[in-house]
Amino acid sequence: MASLAQGAQPAPVTTAPRIVDGQRRLALGLLLLTCTALVVFLLAPLVAILAKSLEDKAGAFVGLANFTDYLRSPSLAQSAHNTLLVALVVTAVTVPMAFVFAYALTRSCMPAKGLFRLIALTPILAPSMLAAISFIQWFGNQGALKKLLFGNTVYGPIGIVISSIYAIFPHALMIVLTALLLADRRLYEAAESLGTSRARQFFTITLPSARYGLVSAAMVVFSYTVSDFGIPKVIGGNYHVLAIDIYQQVIGQQNFNRGAVIGLFLLVPVVVAFAIDWRMQGRAQSQFSARAVPYVPRPARGFDLAMLAYCTLVCLVMLAVLGMAVFTSFIKLWPYDLSFSLRHYVFGLIDGGVIDSYFNSLQMALLAAATGTVLVFGTAYLLEKTRGAGALRGTIRFLAAIPMAVPGMVLGLGYIFFFNAPGNPLNGLYGGMTILVLSTVIHYYTSSHLTAITALKALDNEFEAVSASLKVSFYKTFARVTVPVCLPAVLDIARYYFINAMVTLSAVIFLYSPDTKLASVAIVNLDEAGEIGPAAAMATLIVATSLAVCLAYALVTRLLLRRTQAWRLPAGS
Amino acid sequence: MPEPVASASAPFLALDGVVKRFGRFTALAGVSLDVPRGSLVTFLGPSGCGKTTLLRIIAGLETQDAGRIVQDGRDISRLPAIKRDYGIVFQSYALFPNLTIFDNVAYGLVNRRAGRAQMRARVTELLKLVGLPDAAAKYPGQLSGGQQQRIALARALATAPGLLLLDEPLSALDALERVRLRGEIRALQQRLSVTTVMVTHDQEEALSMADHVVVMNQGRIEQVGTPQQVYREPATAFVADFVGKVNVLAAVAEGDGRFRVGEMMLDALAGTPPVARGTPVKLYLRPEDVVVNGAATEHRNHASAQVQKVEFLGAFCLVTVCIATAAGQSLVVTLSRHSLDRMGLGEGAALSVGLPPECMRLLA
Repeated sequence: MASLAQGAQPAPVTTAPRIVDGQRRLALGLLLLTCTALVVFLLAPLVAILAKSLEDKAGAFVGLANFTDYLRSPSLAQSAHNTLLVALVVTAVTVPMAFVFAYALTRSCMPAKGLFRLIALTPILAPSMLAAISFIQWFGNQGALKKLLFGNTVYGPIGIVISSIYAIFPHALMIVLTALLLADRRLYEAAESLGTSRARQFFTITLPSARYGLVSAAMVVFSYTVSDFGIPKVIGGNYHVLAIDIYQQVIGQQNFNRGAVIGLFLLVPVVVAFAIDWRMQGRAQSQFSARAVPYVPRPARGFDLAMLAYCTLVCLVMLAVLGMAVFTSFIKLWPYDLSFSLRHYVFGLIDGGVIDSYFNSLQMALLAAATGTVLVFGTAYLLEKTRGAGALRGTIRFLAAIPMAVPGMVLGLGYIFFFNAPGNPLNGLYGGMTILVLSTVIHYYTSSHLTAITALKALDNEFEAVSASLKVSFYKTFARVTVPVCLPAVLDIARYYFINAMVTLSAVIFLYSPDTKLASVAIVNLDEAGEIGPAAAMATLIVATSLAVCLAYALVTRLLLRRTQAWRLPAGS
Repeated sequence: MPEPVASASAPFLALDGVVKRFGRFTALAGVSLDVPRGSLVTFLGPSGCGKTTLLRIIAGLETQDAGRIVQDGRDISRLPAIKRDYGIVFQSYALFPNLTIFDNVAYGLVNRRAGRAQMRARVTELLKLVGLPDAAAKYPGQLSGGQQQRIALARALATAPGLLLLDEPLSALDALERVRLRGEIRALQQRLSVTTVMVTHDQEEALSMADHVVVMNQGRIEQVGTPQQVYREPATAFVADFVGKVNVLAAVAEGDGRFRVGEMMLDALAGTPPVARGTPVKLYLRPEDVVVNGAATEHRNHASAQVQKVEFLGAFCLVTVCIATAAGQSLVVTLSRHSLDRMGLGEGAALSVGLPPECMRLLA
């Protein structure tokens, strides 16, 4: 076998060949572009806050003087205390509430689970101010159920807490639900064969397997409450929290440096919360085997009835909150004249020209959905399916994880400092629609990114290799195979962006101009002016729009799936 | 017709000093190899031996740190995957789930702007070739694993590449389907006489399909040879151990090509290099080469033994025998069920074993 000679001596030293590859250059070029975008629109604004916090009003470096000043002011202690207290109470109430609800959905045999789930998720469609407005109508000075507060006022911690619970409940529910759905039936069967009681199964199997989900939910609830601005603005009264302080310092007193300092104070607890969550998630990976057998609940009359009663109660309260806001928008004058009227829509919104802000929101949400989906999915694809430049990929993955831990107000503040700086060539963006769209795309980047990555990881890793062997460029395969196969995830990302862009407030409150005022901002302004009817009308419009988009999404996915996803059907159908 | 540029004896694919490191781990430590035109060569070795890395380097999916690759007289070391000439089949099939079987097979043809009718004819031809002429309108999810792998093969062959790369193509299939497809792939490869490189960790697959087997270990080639050569004349201890079962006897060289095992003297082994007297060595012998109760009792490589254990494997049995004169070392012997019955060999039975010198190998 002379022709199969094998070289025994070590290889001659040749230089590592540099492959000149147009495909790879294109992929890396695009990744570099994304990385630059993330640096400019995420990292640079955050750095700008840090820089601003170390300067005086004239722009001279003053070290930590702003911090020491602020720490000495009594208002900080009060606001920080209030913020933490409210966030802890909301977390302590919401997480168990969501857990029991999720437990009912996954482990009981109660009827109408789908309906309960749907109702429990409705708060996602509403701006957080809707809850505040509704609770004012129920429990405020002229509230229908004011007596239930026994002389306490809803304007303050009580209102903030209950409104926040309403607004954040669906987010917590989804996380806990996912954790409980991962349950492995085999564990319960093993426990039962050993004669373990139901209570002991709960404490030795259910809780431990859901604990990472519970921690994750707690961190999300805590961060949301700490950084939400709309609720304390509408229902907080004189009860000061950090988010309100930033707004007052920056918009009211034009004290940007103090605003930056408070922003950093707001950032700290949220970053800590997400760092904890991140570490826990890393450990949770190995917990579940891919071959887990899904748990199927068995009927238990007493338990099922109890769960049904609980879910009915929660959903009734939720419907009461949403219903009150809608009701308020369609009556003449609460509580004196409850007859039906469109005056809040016609006189309050259309005649006053406030309706323009609704169309701005619509435009912004569509642009954010389009831009965000393309950016997020394209980037995730290049990260997962192309090769080379490991450091660049690591940087992008890291940057993509940051937005979730950055409160909207902090991001918005950073945008002011960075883009409004006179020397910045991107200064022209300030005050326009573009900056609103970009801040929204960045603000909601992390969740969308994770959705895209998960969908892409489910694809065979060798599609690109096969394409290359067939002389087909990766972008053709991206268009012909990857996008069609991942279409459900792509549409999901678009919907997520749209809904969040319709309700977002905290980042854009600093960034809008009179021409680009958004619906959520209009609600705050209307409420400030005491126009609670038109404010409710605007909130109702947002809910109706998002609801319509969700229905359209359901319809479109069903049609699209039928047409383009025929391959998902089993043989013969 | 013009003469091919490369002469018939020149290798179709030549690897020269290919090195690949992943951080501190050396995946390939200078691999050189020639693959003759039209042959099927398998890379055989345990996981982590570098066989898949080598295949991916040939495909341009990984970049070597050093070394040269020449395919059909053309240096492809620096070419990206898309500019090389090969078809590839993966263990996971990697069929596009949202495209029909027709579109999957036509995937590489569309790009070449082949005429519509021509393309249709080619796809039909290929589907017939892999024995699935009626699958065109189906989706991959509607086919069995073996059928999907046939389609993957058709897709790889559609553009008539000069080189076919198979990355553990049969590992995801059940045992029966694996044996069937193994024969089909080999027949197809010979019919098209397409130069093929296949990676496998299954020695039976390598031995039954290949013209040449390349046994790899820890980033190096241990041996290259025909299946017969690799099995019967293993070049290293690793090859003897990895390919097939083998007995290892600890021995001491006595000079003049003789070896002592315990009190037993063994005769010269054919073609073994001279070893200094007193050197401890290892002798390798396949279980089926041991002669049981043979006629040549006068032969010196002969000893009495006792059956220790009989392991029943269906058609064959593995009989462990202990040789008292070989310092208690034991041998495993393969015997058919019939010979076992004929000789009445149960546990504890006495027998004589012969160790043919021509079958014994001295390996470092």
